[in-house]
Amino acid sequence: MAAPKGSVLVVGGGIAGVQAALDLANSGFYVHLVESTAAIGGRMAQLDKTFPTNDCSACILSPKLVECGRHLNINLLTLSDVESVEGEPGAFRVVVRQRPRYVDTEKCLACGTCAEKCPKKVPDDFNLGLGKRKAVYLRFPQAVPLKYAIDPEYCIYINKPGRCGMCAKVCPTGAINLEDTEKKHVLDVGAVILAPGFSAFDPSVLDYTGYGRFPNVVTSMDFERLLSPSGPTEGHLQRPSDKKEPKRIAWLQCIGSRDINRACHGYCSSVCCMYAIKQAVIAREHAGKDVSADIFYMDMRTHGKEFEAYYNRASDEGIAFHRARVHTVSPAADGDLVLRYADEQGRVREEEFDMVVLSVGLELDSRALDLAGRLGVALDADNFIATDTFRPVVTNRPGVYVCGAASEPKDIPQSVMEASAAALEAQRLLHGARWQETRTKEFPPERDVHAEPPRIGVFVCHCGINIAGVVDVKDVTEYAKGLPGVVIAQDNLFTCSQDTIDQMAKTIREHGLNRVVVASCTPRTHEPLFQETLREAGINKFLFEMANIRDQDSWVHQNQPEQATKKAKDLVRMAVAKVARKQPLPYNSVPVFKSALVVGAGVAGMSAALSLADQGFPVTLVERKDRLGGHAVKFYRTWQGAEVKPFLENLSRQVLSHENINVRFGVTVSDVEGSVGRFHTTLSDGSALDHGVAILAVGAESYKPGKGTFARDASSPWGRETFFHGARPDVYTLLELDQVFIKDPSSLSGANQAVFIHCVGSRIPERPYCSRVCCTHAIDQALKLKELNPDMDVIMLYRDIRTYGQREKLYQEARAKGILFVRYDLDHLPKVGEEGGGLVVQAHDPVLDMDVRFNPDFLVLASAVRPRDDVGGLAKLFKCALSEDNFMLEAHMKLRPVDFATDGVYLAGLCHYPKPMDEAIAQAQAAAARAATVLSRDEVPAESVTAEVDTRKCTGCGVCVRICPYHAVSPDPALRVAVVDTGLCKGCGACVAGCRSDAITLKNMGNEQILAAVDAAMEE
Amino acid sequence: METKKWEPRIVAFLCNWCSYAGADLAGVSRYQYPPSLRIIRVPCSGRVSANMVLDALKSGADGVLVSGCHPGDCHYISGNMYARRRLALLKSLLEFIGIEPERFNVSWISASEGKQFAEVAREVTEKVRALGPARHLVKDF
Ligand code: FES
Repeated sequence: MAAPKGSVLVVGGGIAGVQAALDLANSGFYVHLVESTAAIGGRMAQLDKTFPTNDCSACILSPKLVECGRHLNINLLTLSDVESVEGEPGAFRVVVRQRPRYVDTEKCLACGTCAEKCPKKVPDDFNLGLGKRKAVYLRFPQAVPLKYAIDPEYCIYINKPGRCGMCAKVCPTGAINLEDTEKKHVLDVGAVILAPGFSAFDPSVLDYTGYGRFPNVVTSMDFERLLSPSGPTEGHLQRPSDKKEPKRIAWLQCIGSRDINRACHGYCSSVCCMYAIKQAVIAREHAGKDVSADIFYMDMRTHGKEFEAYYNRASDEGIAFHRARVHTVSPAADGDLVLRYADEQGRVREEEFDMVVLSVGLELDSRALDLAGRLGVALDADNFIATDTFRPVVTNRPGVYVCGAASEPKDIPQSVMEASAAALEAQRLLHGARWQETRTKEFPPERDVHAEPPRIGVFVCHCGINIAGVVDVKDVTEYAKGLPGVVIAQDNLFTCSQDTIDQMAKTIREHGLNRVVVASCTPRTHEPLFQETLREAGINKFLFEMANIRDQDSWVHQNQPEQATKKAKDLVRMAVAKVARKQPLPYNSVPVFKSALVVGAGVAGMSAALSLADQGFPVTLVERKDRLGGHAVKFYRTWQGAEVKPFLENLSRQVLSHENINVRFGVTVSDVEGSVGRFHTTLSDGSALDHGVAILAVGAESYKPGKGTFARDASSPWGRETFFHGARPDVYTLLELDQVFIKDPSSLSGANQAVFIHCVGSRIPERPYCSRVCCTHAIDQALKLKELNPDMDVIMLYRDIRTYGQREKLYQEARAKGILFVRYDLDHLPKVGEEGGGLVVQAHDPVLDMDVRFNPDFLVLASAVRPRDDVGGLAKLFKCALSEDNFMLEAHMKLRPVDFATDGVYLAGLCHYPKPMDEAIAQAQAAAARAATVLSRDEVPAESVTAEVDTRKCTGCGVCVRICPYHAVSPDPALRVAVVDTGLCKGCGACVAGCRSDAITLKNMGNEQILAAVDAAMEE
Repeated sequence: METKKWEPRIVAFLCNWCSYAGADLAGVSRYQYPPSLRIIRVPCSGRVSANMVLDALKSGADGVLVSGCHPGDCHYISGNMYARRRLALLKSLLEFIGIEPERFNVSWISASEGKQFAEVAREVTEKVRALGPARHLVKDF
């Protein structure tokens, strides 16, 4: 390949496309992000809350969108479609057609006058037609770019030139251009990432649901909009027919999923169980606990991290779960609806509801389908973009990658992981052209404000109705105007929207502000954004303070508007007092050691190591055992049917022979110092290394019922149950059976009967999570047994079958082949005994409501994946956290699935949560892509808020030297005072609190600033 | 309906990495608690000195809450260990100078404990409410 291009095309501006674009743009590549609607954000922007954290979807998404919209190395092309991609990896020529917006984005201020005056009301597609918008519109309140667009389908002028044209007349900046035309862009890129997302299944083809005929039957996407504060009802839950608040709501699962007959989709859509539970929880939050919420399902699939706990909580809170498939929805009086369904015992029941929500499945959008066709990208049997087991984001066309729900239905974290993994594939392909086509940000020189008295600007945010629905924002703004040092105070609908931010920079310049307070949400997510705005306006970014009047005020005092407003004023007053005493600080940085440490040489660790080594970064791969491969050596095949052994051998060979990988067997990490960019790690053999980043991929263990190496709770359902595992040779765990498949499969072909017990050690009080992989693995093994001996009876004792996504195909195949599925629950556990030298298994069949007995030739236990006992020690060394289940805890469960809260440390594989091999590989690649955002730079920003010694006051007592956890303070023997190494100081302030002579302080976090805030808090 | 009962004012020093995040999570999860806290974000509970607590009481706070990461989880390794020792000492000092020790509270709340944060906020508020307004150290007394 000749020198590759240093830019990448990303198709689709949903969360996956946005993440891929950011990872690439932050690691040395120029990105063209092509989005077909008028704004990026995709489906996630339409959601109200996200499971399992109940985060407000728009709130967590918005900073990423804004970063994307403002990124110097991301070229955003909205209203655009890719027409063709010619060429080869490293050198593609792309043609993009951009439809006219009819609004000049340079001039539009998003003031909304045009939409106010536009006479044409049209169905709002962002709200799925549930509300109306005008022909000139903003896609959603936090849209990026925050610019209006004219819908040519409805615009009166465009359809009948010469008529109307109202918008152009009223626009204060002359931004309307009704003669706008289509543009054609020809782009040269090195790689292409497809992230076109999904469409929700349209249930109007399913007559029995009544969708389209009865107004109170809505889809789950409709329901998201009905819950959303920016939706058509402003978050007041109302049913469509009569605006009445529904008191009885039913959710019907698997609409358009797991249904070959009516919906033509055999696969499971993976996310619907969780979103239905979430919607039920949130609906009751909105409309009160007297709302009854009933979910009708086939199997409850809560197979992700923290999902099972969410499910358990929901059922404890009174959400009703019915294992039943509804066959008809029919109308009752006053717009109510009657559901007819058969319960598990086959009894037909009828129940009345106010509203019915159809949990619709996911499918590839028809436009994405066309795009795949135009690009020559192959689809799989379910019409998703086809990928490979071991290269989960690679399509059949070299240089073209895919991520997100376009390759299989999946949730947000999985999409985000794949997005980073796709970025990795592009990095790997194009690393030679890194930083070749990027631009660097130049900030204007900073104004010296030392001598100026404080001139403070206060910006108070409505956050839609999140704040303004409780706090009187106008009143707070007026109040702020009177505070000492404040020269201007404004309120904004969304302070973090791009246009408000641009406006803020302008205001800072025009009013000569030298300090800024934003009263809005939490600094933990939004401070960096506003700080950058200060820099753009020529002000040091540390002259900034936030007042958290949402997360810590309006959201927690929802029923006390007066008190909340008073508190908001107090918080603003405190912030103003504090910021007035802040000083400009230097922008410190540390040089980056351009090498990585990867801990754990399983499939995830090896994939991560190779992903970085292939880009030219040296990697030390540390493995506690004396071999590569981790758990994968015990696996027979993946759920897609690919044998693991050849893949593993090939992977190991690449790792061992790679010039950039140094494998260290038989050692563990014993000590870690430093932080992102410059870690210094000591290994158990005493050797040490410097590295810029670390990836933890230490795996997990399989639960062995027969080996009581850990505490067992006799009161828990399984209690001391071992099922004769370890005591009898005919009792296997899944991995033990895989060993037989690998070594001596014919030894099983003579067996007449096999029984599998699912969920052994999972979904019980002592280990409440679902192990995600076992249902699929067990069913695949059952199918393998049928391959070996088609006459063998195979019985699966299960609780819920969780063959999520396309794994459902295996479940269908298993049933078609006559494999018997018998459900059990925690009240009727299967019992295993011995009888005449053989095994006897007894279970309770809930359909027949009677006990059944089996005498299998062998028993297979689908046992849990459990976290390693020693994982906490390693996490602690890197200052990373564990979840309640003792898996490693990522920085954010939705949007930062491979980052730790500690910068420069990433995670991958089973130490994060149980997952199949394709997902582990994708996560490892994602971790590598994130790591490359650090390794590709010469330096990373370091702490600016550091400690400072006042040598006149210091008595040289040495308390601070002893206290500092980072050895950043040392005594100066000559001057007999303490000195701080600002490169090592992390700004914790322990020394400040410990100093007896008030001689050491933390810059901008000194007693001066903090006490000013305290005093301000107590003023009236 | 707004409650008209006396609302104490409590200064809360929360560490950035755990307790402040926990307080945010309480908001995200919409756990309601009384509007009595005035939260001040500090890098770490180890940053909180006796001086800061006394100053808050002197300025008229009816109570003070200091909250950090769970022992062992401090983002800065050992900050909360120092805090724990320092603040225990302070508590006995407060008693000595005649301030009800219930006005001064220390808790350990992680970033994932929004519910716990709301509970602590409620508990501390009720404790302080029961004591009535603090007058001992207020300058104009
Ligand atoms: S950072 Fe939370 S206590 Fe130190």
